[in-house]
Amino acid sequence: MSKRLESMVGWIDARFPLTANWRAHLSEYYAPKNFNFWYYFGSLAMLVLVNQLLTGIFLTMNYKPDASMAFASVEYIMRDVNFGWLIRYMHSTGASMFFVVVYLHMFRGMMYGSYRKPRELLWLIGMGIFFVLMMLAFTGYILPWGQMSYWGAQVIISMIGAIPVVGETLSNWLLGDFMLSDAALNRFFAYHVVTLPVLLVVLVVVHILALHEVGSNNPDGIEIKANKDPVTHIPVDGIPFHPYYSVKDIFGVIVFLILFTGIIFFAPEMGGYFLEYNNFVPANTLQTPDHIAPVWYFTPYYSMLRAVTVNFLWIDAKLWGIVLMGGSVAIFALLPWLDRSPVKSIRYKGPIFKFALTLFVISVFVLGYLGTKSPTPLYTLLAQIFTVVYFAFFILMPWYSKIDKTKPEPTRVTE
Amino acid sequence: MADIGKKQEMNSRRRFLLVATSIAGGIATAAVATPFVLSMMPSERAKAAGAPVEVDITKLEPGMLLLVEWRGKVVWVLNRTPDMLANLKKLDGQVADPKSEKAQQPQYAQNETRSIKPAILVVEGVCTHLGCSPVYRKDIAPADLGADWLGGFFCPCHGSKFDLAGRVYKSVPAPTNLVVPPHTYLSDTSLLIGSDRKETA
Repeated sequence: MSKRLESMVGWIDARFPLTANWRAHLSEYYAPKNFNFWYYFGSLAMLVLVNQLLTGIFLTMNYKPDASMAFASVEYIMRDVNFGWLIRYMHSTGASMFFVVVYLHMFRGMMYGSYRKPRELLWLIGMGIFFVLMMLAFTGYILPWGQMSYWGAQVIISMIGAIPVVGETLSNWLLGDFMLSDAALNRFFAYHVVTLPVLLVVLVVVHILALHEVGSNNPDGIEIKANKDPVTHIPVDGIPFHPYYSVKDIFGVIVFLILFTGIIFFAPEMGGYFLEYNNFVPANTLQTPDHIAPVWYFTPYYSMLRAVTVNFLWIDAKLWGIVLMGGSVAIFALLPWLDRSPVKSIRYKGPIFKFALTLFVISVFVLGYLGTKSPTPLYTLLAQIFTVVYFAFFILMPWYSKIDKTKPEPTRVTE
Repeated sequence: MADIGKKQEMNSRRRFLLVATSIAGGIATAAVATPFVLSMMPSERAKAAGAPVEVDITKLEPGMLLLVEWRGKVVWVLNRTPDMLANLKKLDGQVADPKSEKAQQPQYAQNETRSIKPAILVVEGVCTHLGCSPVYRKDIAPADLGADWLGGFFCPCHGSKFDLAGRVYKSVPAPTNLVVPPHTYLSDTSLLIGSDRKETA
């Protein structure tokens, strides 16, 4: 470092903990040395977040949050604004890719037990991020005010109306009207571009601070902090995040960007899965499209919503569907307390857990597929079966994780 | 001893002040939040909208469905053929509330056809499950809805089924029959939707 730069950094350090933070979070943050493929998705999620924030700002410059102008303004962006199509496709593809990387990031946590003590709070903060992300996706999808925007929102808002006693007042309060209209579009725009992004960025910062407090988990699921060098007090199985993992993550970013730009340029609608064809039709409040399904990342939950067709106990089928849908997302938050296995990582867990996790993944995919299809008696039956499988993974975990035959954990991370 | 007593006295006074300030602050916060929270309720303009709608049904042929917008919702006016009306009886066993016992309609529509005039059905085209608008499927026994389908409304969102009187089938996500809005006939061919008193027109 040149003398001038050194003195400049010194000047800042006397006034702001610049070097101290650089050390704490990058050059002297010790991460386990055995990270694998599954450890790319946290940093990729940050990349997509930056993409969404940047492209989103440029989209607001031409978008109009008005029920009579919204659809036309999105078409204006696509056709007349210079590179508007690129910015919008970056944003819409980014939304889907956000869920791809976040789902993989969560699956990593489930495989290696990253939610277990001492990372319960880290996992809960992550669940908060997941929830805000879903709100962002929902409010964002309404903005073009196409047929799917309108009817998708209609379904979700009706769910709130189904809450006993307060439902109707609550939905009027949320919509600012007695039905879905311009008032709702206008405020959802406010949530999508101000409230939720601010909340998301704060939660991401808190997530990283919590991670750096407890330290990263790893594919072996053992604590590297348990084995520190007696002199330096650095974990013997840890390597500094920068430059080791910053370089690894840059490699991941390059591969990701190849895929990402490929989608943007060659398949931005992804055959109707990323951007649905019905959303290229302006919202018609009198007619629901013949086929309606949410975007792919919501289809598993949507399948569960419509799987319930029988009244049970004193609650009717409709409310049960809503409870199951909400429960299917919220139940992830209980994982740290459901898993009673003596080991964290799938590498040392027994056959029952591997079988259960496989079944769970299959049920997510089947439910996700069914959610894109029109309901038929057979599909409804399949959705019911796999909804039971989905919940069984969580609800039975305290038992099967306890009786499962585990292997002993190593004392040092394996290569 | 006196010293300790004095200290305790100070502590309790301090605690009292702390609690009092916290409560005062909490009340102030709630007071400031109130206008913001209430600003999100439907505005005066939104409340003022929603007058009844007059519909001319002269040209509504038997079997035809008319879509009318009332309070931002779709209202269906369906002219049922004698066949359609005859089929309603056959479905009594398959629908959840055949006699319309749940209050989803005004008293004058709580009958076998759920209407004032037997042929003309007036219902909100809003699924009682989650608010989609079902599709009018008058075709008998189509491939996708099964051989025993006698015509009705099918919700594309979650697969709820209703017959041509807006009665919900058993074992579908929707819990209740379609809502019959208040309506009345101003003349033989003129229908008022949104009010059941002729003088308010």
